[in-house]
Amino acid sequence: MATIQLVDLAHARSGDKGDTANVGVIAYDPRDWELLRETLTEERVKAHFGEMVKGEVERFELPNLHALNFLLHGALGGGGTVSLMTDAQGKVFSTALLRMEVEVPEKVARRARGRGRVPANFDPAVPVEP
Amino acid sequence: MTEDRSRTIRIGSGQGFWGDDLEAPVRQVHDGPLDYLMMDYLAEVTMSIMQKQRNRRPEAGFARDFPPLMERIFEACVEKGVRVVTNAGGVNPEGCGAELVEAGRAAGVSGKARVGVVTGDGLMDRLDDLLDAGHELRHMETDEPLAGIRDRVQSANAYIGAGPIVEALQAGADVVVTGRSTDTALTYAPMMHEFGWSPDDHHRLAHGVVAGHINECGAQASGGNALVDWWTMPAMERVGFPLIEAHPDGSFVVTKHEGTGGRVSRPVVTEQLLYEMGDPSDYITPDVVADLTAMELEEVGPDRVRVTGVQGRPATDSLKVSIAYSDGYKAVGTLVYAWPDAAAKARSAERILRARLDRLGLTFDEIRCELVGWDATHGHLPGPPPADIPEVQLRFAVRSRDQASVERFTREIAPLVLTGPPSVTGFAGGRPRAQEIMAFWPALIRKEAVRPHLNVEILEV
Repeated sequence: MATIQLVDLAHARSGDKGDTANVGVIAYDPRDWELLRETLTEERVKAHFGEMVKGEVERFELPNLHALNFLLHGALGGGGTVSLMTDAQGKVFSTALLRMEVEVPEKVARRARGRGRVPANFDPAVPVEP
Repeated sequence: MTEDRSRTIRIGSGQGFWGDDLEAPVRQVHDGPLDYLMMDYLAEVTMSIMQKQRNRRPEAGFARDFPPLMERIFEACVEKGVRVVTNAGGVNPEGCGAELVEAGRAAGVSGKARVGVVTGDGLMDRLDDLLDAGHELRHMETDEPLAGIRDRVQSANAYIGAGPIVEALQAGADVVVTGRSTDTALTYAPMMHEFGWSPDDHHRLAHGVVAGHINECGAQASGGNALVDWWTMPAMERVGFPLIEAHPDGSFVVTKHEGTGGRVSRPVVTEQLLYEMGDPSDYITPDVVADLTAMELEEVGPDRVRVTGVQGRPATDSLKVSIAYSDGYKAVGTLVYAWPDAAAKARSAERILRARLDRLGLTFDEIRCELVGWDATHGHLPGPPPADIPEVQLRFAVRSRDQASVERFTREIAPLVLTGPPSVTGFAGGRPRAQEIMAFWPALIRKEAVRPHLNVEILEV
């Protein structure tokens, strides 16, 4: 087994409903969805966020989209205009979850490593043409 | 469901929120074929902002940049037969409609266009009657009745469905302006109108809801804010907003105009599907409950994703209500600390400031400190900051029911520059501003308390 960061296995998007943030996690490779489903339990996600999530973590499965959806209750300091947080609308809880380190088979690690990060030769000053 | 792709209508997204790219709707209308342009202007906090504006000026209270935008595209819309559906009306759809008629005349479409105005979602004028009649409007999460904060309520609107929009389209409206319509209804109402779907066509309607969810955030479904391979996202300076090619059987293709930037792919669309998602098997709207757990996404060409297999169930008997109420004041002050030991300096400044606020006897419901550049977004997850971090911004925020405490706080940031830790800069912006907080109170109301009040008015341009 090897340890990699979730950012190389999945991409994600997050948003808000009141004081609840949602994080949708999507496997880059459909072959890894089952691994994500086994690894990213509600308990594991709750433990990862620690004090950042005051309430429960709920998980929903979308096998058709190779995705999991998490609801992080009590994560936004009251939410909306009440919250004093920079990220009052939970926009980047997505990448906060992708920081998680996960144990995967060597074969998966070799295939996935670097998948979620900007390549070394990327130059933001160069326009990307279609 | 039988596959009927015999007809196609194209429903493009033009705005994903109030303040979105003003050129996007212009590109949607000019850069390719289009039948409908939907524009979503309303978020949870937007209604209360509009209500405040209307309190100061009775003719305000809607997305005021919408009529000038229409003035730019009205003629092209009429010529190409593009009909516009939008919730830009906010808390004053009538006022928006009146300005829209003026915009149409200025754009030279007098006698050639009709504006449909949908009203009746506003509950503010009859809120006490509703409470007296036993509608408690309990908070959906805390279950507290609204009575406890009644005197602080600033706006109250029911999220209404597609019914009145369809009615306006059937009456020949070229532009339909609503108040608090759901975001998704702006996309599926045209489908109901064009394909003659009935309220019992649950599976078809559920497809429409998903199409609406994809359209409602603008370019988020065509490459904007997409994490997947973001560094490869082409020509974002002229990003094409998503458009839905809808078919009578409910199935649809998400795409964008040829030659525009961005990307419509399976992973990009999946990210948008999951945005603000709750239980994916229970996506509740006024017209249908959608289940997304068996739907299929298929890439059927460049920038083309086909959506099928969404399941629908009958709608519930209630509508969600968006209520905004005053809940005190807040202010945010910032200072930048530089190397060496930037984080230690910022944390010391935080301690000193907290002690000063304490000595002043000010009362706060919450004080929150973040080090922007280290822990503002991912909290404790990155661990302690490195000793050699080049700089951090101290972001010090307070919230209080006591306005005077917040006002006094705004005068305590600048003094830290000469009375606290060294190597501090970045205070040129002046004193922080105390802001009134409009909190959100989600509730449910039975449909029959709203439905008889809904009205559609047709105005000739």
